[in-house]
Amino acid sequence: MYVSVKGGEKAINNAHSWLSEIRRGDVNIAELNIKQISEQLTLSVDRVMSEGSLYDKDLSALAIKQSRGDLIEAIFLMRAYRTTLPRIGSSKPIETSKMLCLRRISATFKDIPGKQKLGPTFDYTHRLLDFKLLADGEYEKAKIEKYDDKEIPHVLSFLNKEGLIQKEIPSGKTSKDITRNPINFPLTRSERLQSLSRGDEGFLLGLAYSTQRGYARNHAFVGELRTGYVEVQFEIPELGIEINIADVMFTECESVNQFKGSKKIPAQFTRGYGLVFGQLERKAISMALVDRSMRWKEFGEEYLGVAAQDEEFVISHCDNIQATGFLEHIKLPHYVDFQAELDLVRKIREEYNKNEQRT
Amino acid sequence: MQNESRKQWLSYLATADENYLISLWDNLNMKIEYNWLREPEIGSIMVQGKAGATGDNFNVGEVTITRCSLNLDKKIQGHGYVQGRNKYKSKIAALCDALMQTEKKEIIKRNIIDKLIKYKNNKRNEILSKTEATKVDFFTLVRGEDK
Repeated sequence: MYVSVKGGEKAINNAHSWLSEIRRGDVNIAELNIKQISEQLTLSVDRVMSEGSLYDKDLSALAIKQSRGDLIEAIFLMRAYRTTLPRIGSSKPIETSKMLCLRRISATFKDIPGKQKLGPTFDYTHRLLDFKLLADGEYEKAKIEKYDDKEIPHVLSFLNKEGLIQKEIPSGKTSKDITRNPINFPLTRSERLQSLSRGDEGFLLGLAYSTQRGYARNHAFVGELRTGYVEVQFEIPELGIEINIADVMFTECESVNQFKGSKKIPAQFTRGYGLVFGQLERKAISMALVDRSMRWKEFGEEYLGVAAQDEEFVISHCDNIQATGFLEHIKLPHYVDFQAELDLVRKIREEYNKNEQRT
Repeated sequence: MQNESRKQWLSYLATADENYLISLWDNLNMKIEYNWLREPEIGSIMVQGKAGATGDNFNVGEVTITRCSLNLDKKIQGHGYVQGRNKYKSKIAALCDALMQTEKKEIIKRNIIDKLIKYKNNKRNEILSKTEATKVDFFTLVRGEDK
């Protein structure tokens, strides 16, 4: 039972004033502006858009500033704002094969049409603190080279041609939107993918790692990882004309996992899929691995009773806003609930003591 | 009305850098009379992906959109569906869409649409040429024991 608590108004207002002051920090230091955040803390901005489930860089930067850099708090702000927006419609499914890639790599094939392109990556850096960044203004300019502007086909489509990998064929079912319909287990893969794409990076990373360490038998390779801009197509209702309404950055990961075959189908690789807003490849890879481990039933695999196979466990706990909402609410006043517990424990102890004296 | 060309200009207007589009429009200094059919409204559209890039559709997340509609006279309507939350950008897009259907078409095309196309192509070229410079040829080495 919830009983409201009254009072504390002045204390709360004063706490918020101090929050505002401490957010500003030392006034002798220049104040951060939104554009500085959206241009220079791009990966934080991407994470807040991805888990906030709303692609808008300025809003994400604002949320990061407002939350003093607490990304889960920022994601909370984005989600809250998102719920206020009228939904104008739904896009056509995006074509990631037409992505304008900043990065495209495969860990399974070295020679691929379209080649491997590293892009602006932390990979192969030495992870040593760069003290030059303490000084002002120095940076290296990106190099440029002549290119062929050709579409870059998905790596797994080559395996597809030989029938070596399980095909992803549309079932024709429309995707249910978990933000509009309550979820009921068991879920469709579409509902799982939507949940994973907005799920908490840390939680998914931990689960994906658990599959690599042997909890759910599925050794994964990164068949392909790509990051870049994709044109979002939307049909203008008044005109019936489909336009490129938005350019959105995505990271996509296709994992290649161990075989599956039967009497009817010869052994072939299976796959997992990750697709997230922004340049968040740790998240995209984690999503692909967890997607794959939850597909055990579809591939007729054994249920090993591990977390990463259990969709109810994964999907019910991967949303950091649900999680933090429930977790953090326990720090708010629970005096009445606690008073009841206190009374109960006193009563039990009283009875215990009575019995002790009797014996 | 050729739908293909309208699709093209609406697309470039929708995805234009808002500051760039606003500066192009403001520089034209046009005074246009119009009536609102729908005043600028901020909303979102749900972006859909495909499982495994080719399979079932699923919802990835939303993107902010602003839209408005207006008419110049009773006949000519302009629609401003744009990415982001800038109402002025949406209004400019709607005005440009409407004017592209009038005798002012050439002015708008030359001073706005063509420039947006060029701007976007430059951005695209920049990304492609930088990406190309990070092209890598991995090679595997034969180890001694295989000889």
